Amino acid sequence: MADLETFRAEVRAWLEERAPASLRGRPGDIFHGTWGGRRPDFETPDHERWLAMMAERGWTAPTWPREYGGGGLSREQNAVLQSELRRLRMPAPLIGFGLVMIGPTLLEFGSEEQKREHLPPIVRGEIRWCQGYSEPGSGSDLASLQLSAVADGDRFILNGQKIWTSYADASDWIFCLVRTDPGAKKQSGISFILVDMATPGVTTRPIKLISGASPFCEVFFDDVPALARDVVGGLNNGWTVAKALLRHERTMVGEIFARSVIGGERELLGLARTAIGPAEGRLWDPLVRDRIVQSAMDERAFMLTVQRIQDAARAGQSPGAESSILKVYGTELNQRRRELAVEIAGADGLGWEGAGYDPDALARTRDWLRSRGNTIEGGTTEIQLNIIAKHVLGLPDGGAR
Amino acid sequence: MKLALTEDQRLIKDSAVTLWKDKGAVRRLRSLRDTGDATGFSRELWAELAGLGWLGLPFPEEHGGVGLGVTELCLVLEEAGRTLAPEPLLATTLLAGSALLLGDSDAARSAWLPGLIAGDVVGTLAWQERARRDDDPPSCAALATPAGDGAVMLHGSKREVVAGVQADLVIVAAQHSETRELGLWAVPGDAAGLLRTPLSRIDHFPCARVELDGVRLSEDARLGGAALLASALDRATIGLAAEALGAMSAAFELTLGWLRERRQFGVPIGSFQALQHRAARLYIDLELCRSAVMAAARTADQPRVSAAVLGQAASLAAARTLDTFLRVADEAVQLHGGVGMTDEHDIGFYLKRARVVASTFGDAAWHRDRWARLAGY
Ligand SMILES: Cc1cc2nc3c(=O)[nH]c(=O)nc-3n(C[C@H](O)[C@H](O)[C@H](O)COP(=O)(O)OP(=O)(O)OC[C@H]3O[C@@H](n4cnc5c(N)ncnc54)[C@H](O)[C@@H]3O)c2cc1C
Repeated sequence: MADLETFRAEVRAWLEERAPASLRGRPGDIFHGTWGGRRPDFETPDHERWLAMMAERGWTAPTWPREYGGGGLSREQNAVLQSELRRLRMPAPLIGFGLVMIGPTLLEFGSEEQKREHLPPIVRGEIRWCQGYSEPGSGSDLASLQLSAVADGDRFILNGQKIWTSYADASDWIFCLVRTDPGAKKQSGISFILVDMATPGVTTRPIKLISGASPFCEVFFDDVPALARDVVGGLNNGWTVAKALLRHERTMVGEIFARSVIGGERELLGLARTAIGPAEGRLWDPLVRDRIVQSAMDERAFMLTVQRIQDAARAGQSPGAESSILKVYGTELNQRRRELAVEIAGADGLGWEGAGYDPDALARTRDWLRSRGNTIEGGTTEIQLNIIAKHVLGLPDGGAR
Repeated sequence: MKLALTEDQRLIKDSAVTLWKDKGAVRRLRSLRDTGDATGFSRELWAELAGLGWLGLPFPEEHGGVGLGVTELCLVLEEAGRTLAPEPLLATTLLAGSALLLGDSDAARSAWLPGLIAGDVVGTLAWQERARRDDDPPSCAALATPAGDGAVMLHGSKREVVAGVQADLVIVAAQHSETRELGLWAVPGDAAGLLRTPLSRIDHFPCARVELDGVRLSEDARLGGAALLASALDRATIGLAAEALGAMSAAFELTLGWLRERRQFGVPIGSFQALQHRAARLYIDLELCRSAVMAAARTADQPRVSAAVLGQAASLAAARTLDTFLRVADEAVQLHGGVGMTDEHDIGFYLKRARVVASTFGDAAWHRDRWARLAGY
């Protein structure tokens, strides 16, 4: 404990001295921040400095081992670091799928060589990753995927297509599920492979979302040579690796949505006070008030559940299928909050673009539209409910699968 | 605040699990109902609870308690809730017990608390006058009128008093006829002028209407005022949420068992995805309830916790568990089909208990409204 307090004092002093003043009080969230990569798009020069100084200490990936560029912090130390960052309301120095998806997966399944090659550039924000799982014919039934990888000496030749690949057009590498044994049972013929998107034969085509943004793409592979040494977790063992990564993804998605300050009690209340107005100090409309409380309570209960899962894991009492619970509840919670924010605004929430609407209101409306995807991406809600029914509740398999 | 059980807490939970399992689950409540048992609960079991020290869990050792907290008591209440145990554990320890423990009358504390912990005194709190929980503090027409020498005479009428007939100690909320200040008064069960009429409710837990027709009390029977009532009700609300958590878990497990066992169309009905998804959603809500209850109990055990923090924690636990218990119980009956509608099946007992729990210390909407008030909107 004393050590943690020393650590806190040191972190606080370092942050007080170095954290760029212009970024204090601008926390951001998973979709708004510094993604890094070969073609980085820093919002301001201070964002670039912030990334560099944090990466130097490994604090973009605080709990990863030092030998791979990480911060080497214990969970407790990381909690201290995060609370100090929150204290200054600093944005994350770096966000992206390298940190939350492929990184943890390589730590679990990667060879020593793979870890040394890929982890440090992630920590430094030099390589941006995307996730090549879904295909046009393979969404929920992911294991039916078709993208073909045919062995050719120390390489594989890839042919086929991925779809819904978030940020593929801005990414440098893709982690991909490919079919390496078309004769085997569907789960057993899959490998997990890393591909540099600069390789000839890889092309991307953006797809526009209902929110107007186009964060995801189709990715086409035409005779793309990938290296056999970039297969992670062994040939034809990709399904195991893929599922482990999905668990990281679901936990992350659930937690982050709920933790986001956007759409929280304070923000909703602020919107309601402006749109509806108080009467005798209380929010005038009791129905809106009730919905804000419901949302606030959902959020509190959810955060307590996140904490309980962590505390239980530390005490060796795991409640099981945590990631699916967090995914289902966290994403729906996020949707309800964003919906409520738009609803409270009335006609002010209906703007698409341009003058005549408050820019914050425009952003909230776009965010609401984007949030409808939360219960689809990373495995749909229905698929999570299947997992809970089967693996936690032990309900029998039926025909409807 | 750690949301995991310590080794000691695990031991308490395990022995509570065993105790109630051995007592025969809902069959016990059913037979108390069917035999029209006058006590409405088991005195033997009550003595056993005292023997295990569980009536003393949340009280400091200096008063003869075990020196643990609401957290540990809630583990026991949860298991009691699983089998719908009608023993007035919550009323005795968290309603009456909290008022004695946190109140300002040393005399009342030393007069009542040791007996309460030893199992000799069943206690309760008579606060409710209207059908619905309204204001905060609750509206109170019962009066405490000065009768010379600091003594008072109590007049008024209270309803839905848990174990009101069986209680050896009825703590009564009454307004001072002159200062209009709310007070909590310790009334011995055998006091002259105290009239108790049993109420038969759908859950078959012991409950009564209590009439105060000039009950004379000395000054040191006053335990405290509105703030004391609020904290006793909040602590009891947390206990009730724990009980509800146990009850809904049991109802859910009964239902899961049925989903696996009952076959239609040649397969277990639990293989139908429409039902699987409903079960999975209930499970998620149950897990959220558990987090809220654990956090609330630990909040109650924090030293010098503020009334607002305790109130929000209690209201969160209540709002979530009351709604979820009702939903689990409704779904449980539905998923059982026809057999779920029979008196012979246990599941209906859970539904009826859920309804009672939902308007015991205010319903879920009341608790949400209070959360907003405490948060300044
Ligand atoms: C914003 C966004 C970003 C995404 N980013 C990526 C990415 O970066 N990389 C990537 O690989 N993929 C990504 N995806 C794809 C996502 O993982 C898939 O969309 C998802 O797995 C569902 O697949 P599908 O779209 O083919 O829908 P389908 O599988 O066709 O599902 C259609 C409907 O049927 C339901 N359904 C399907 N099977 C069952 C079943 N067994 N039981 C009950 N209901 C069922 C589904 O729940 C859904 O409601 C993204 C998706 C979105 C929306």
